[in-house]
Amino acid sequence: MSNHLFTHLDALESESIHIMREVAAECKNPALLFSGGKDSIVMLRLAEKAFRPCKFPFPLVHIDTEHNFPEVIATRDKLAADLGERLIVRSLEGSIAKGTIVIKNPDLPRNPYQSVTLLETIEEFGFDACMGGARRDEEKARAKERIFSFRDEFGQWDPKNQRPELWDIYNTRVHPGENIRVFPISNWTELDIWQYIGRENLHIPSIYYAHEREVIRRGGSVIPVSDLVQPKPGEKVEVLSVRFRTVGDVTCTAPVESTASNVDEIIAETATTRITERGATRMDDQTSDASMELRKKEGYF
Amino acid sequence: MNDTTQLLRFITAGSVDDGKSTLIGRLLHDSKSIFEDQFSAISKTSEKRGMAAVDLSLLTDGLQAEREQGITIDVAYRYFATPKRKFIIGDTPGHEQYTRNMVTAASTANLVVILVDARRGVLVQTRRHTYLASLVGIPHIVLAVNKMDMVDYSEARFNEICAEYLAFAAQLGLHDITCVPLSALVGDMLVDRGDNLNWYQGTTLMELLENVEIDHDVNTTDFRYPVQWVCRPQTDEHHDFRGFMGRIEAGEVSVGDEITVLPGGKTSKVKEIVTYDGNLQTAYAPQSITLRLTDEIDISRGDMFVKADYLPTVAKEFEAMLCWLSETPLDKNRKYLVKHTTRTAKCLFSGIDYRVDVNTLEQHENPTVNMNDIVHVSMKVQSPLAFDHYQRNRASGSFIVIDEATNNTVAAGMIA
Repeated sequence: MSNHLFTHLDALESESIHIMREVAAECKNPALLFSGGKDSIVMLRLAEKAFRPCKFPFPLVHIDTEHNFPEVIATRDKLAADLGERLIVRSLEGSIAKGTIVIKNPDLPRNPYQSVTLLETIEEFGFDACMGGARRDEEKARAKERIFSFRDEFGQWDPKNQRPELWDIYNTRVHPGENIRVFPISNWTELDIWQYIGRENLHIPSIYYAHEREVIRRGGSVIPVSDLVQPKPGEKVEVLSVRFRTVGDVTCTAPVESTASNVDEIIAETATTRITERGATRMDDQTSDASMELRKKEGYF
Repeated sequence: MNDTTQLLRFITAGSVDDGKSTLIGRLLHDSKSIFEDQFSAISKTSEKRGMAAVDLSLLTDGLQAEREQGITIDVAYRYFATPKRKFIIGDTPGHEQYTRNMVTAASTANLVVILVDARRGVLVQTRRHTYLASLVGIPHIVLAVNKMDMVDYSEARFNEICAEYLAFAAQLGLHDITCVPLSALVGDMLVDRGDNLNWYQGTTLMELLENVEIDHDVNTTDFRYPVQWVCRPQTDEHHDFRGFMGRIEAGEVSVGDEITVLPGGKTSKVKEIVTYDGNLQTAYAPQSITLRLTDEIDISRGDMFVKADYLPTVAKEFEAMLCWLSETPLDKNRKYLVKHTTRTAKCLFSGIDYRVDVNTLEQHENPTVNMNDIVHVSMKVQSPLAFDHYQRNRASGSFIVIDEATNNTVAAGMIA
């Protein structure tokens, strides 16, 4: 490409569009997992680039823990409505009511239970492929996962038995009852995501930008005070300038101290940060060196 | 990192003992791409294993099973960036039984770093990795002569290894090869030059990765556009819109160009190049776009747009090199599926001509085909494919073979 500049973001974008179109063309009943977080907002823009002026050939699906930040849910609903695309929300509360999820301790993070509701939703709608916004730079287990990742009838991932993935030729075939998780932004990093949010001028929930928030310090992390997280005796509530690098379950997503109030400042911080995204912000991944690998084997996306 | 940052994909090939993981760890560490929490995790593990220094190779060991056994069992992808480029490393294990992993990672790579131990020089496995790199058509090769600290940084030893390697590579028709002396353990000539290799005038490994010319790694002349999906919105606003969505796999296309639709052979002209960000006058590989044509002709997924002056071959029979990936051997009596660009068709193997011994490059006739074997085959497909020789065009010369019974990907094919 001698007289046309093709940047790394162009290359990543084109790859992701190509993957989404393969899913649309080859899978019978796909879905796009959409939470209102920054990675899934990038996925929506990529879907627009892949399919407009057509409608998306799949619905958006959110597995709601009901432990979410209200700003994120508001963004989720607004973006789906603005795009005029169908949004399906299934809640963990539904699974709890049915008795398929039994919560042992209501204060603990609900992320581990998401797998149950996700599998129930896949069965309810008969989805054969779910696209998700996971990235390989997030975590060691993800680094070894294919872009098209096969799950058996129990939704399990078998890391030692993955299909080889060559060139950009994807094998999308599944037997009845099996399904695929597809990760179109596998090759993007946290920095790429922020650069793309800046380039595309994407609207993201306000909690990604620096704001003042009541927090407590617990076990080396800064934890936001909320209805679900209250200070224990002896813990002090402080007001700090913070931003979130990831947004998940309110009880297990920690913000980082920051004064970055716009995308350029966040890009500058991200380019020089010394802690990984999940290391800084996800208490559920710190339980053991292999937490994510174990969760994925159980059907987590 | 800025608006002109390019993307380079590379792989490393070498055995466990060549210091491959240490080299990757060193590139990440010295380019400041290792994070503190990662570093503290591997420091703890190194300490637990009773090591004196932090073992940088632990950075690339991803899965629990691997950490327990201290080996790498599959392809892992790593990411780092410098102000000039973003890099994707495909990290593959060097054991003999993992030919399939190297072929897998090599299929998308612009460049391969082949490691040799300066004490041991060019080994059987060095030849194997180089042969596989040439088979999969990786455009650029770097011979990294590692552990120079163990041979007193000897220029003579380095020259000897390079000469032997270049002679071997020439037999395979490889030409874009750069030899770099280095010590991954000490850090010489990776990101920093160090003080020990002052006789060496060439670039460091990092400078090479940042500057190697990759614009022509895709075929820029022969327009190839496999149709992925047909967009027909049928809304009031876009009543007559019919767009053919896909990615330009090679070459370029402009509004007004005459195109031929294969395998049917009908022709039309490009009316519009549509993207979400506005229409284009010209688009290039590897852009994902939507094409509209001036004529209403029947086109569906699996068809390929080309230009009449650069036609591919359209045929039901062809010869190919195959890397068998499955634990179940190839069964000549069975039909398989072949997926080539966006087209899937039934196929059978009419001839299994010979197997290449990847260590000696000798050909063995009438072979059985087992996992990790490289074989030359003759194939027949149910419906015609539009293809090119793999060495001319990776995108339109490659295919995968799928076993319909298991749905597994059982082979990677390169049209000969």
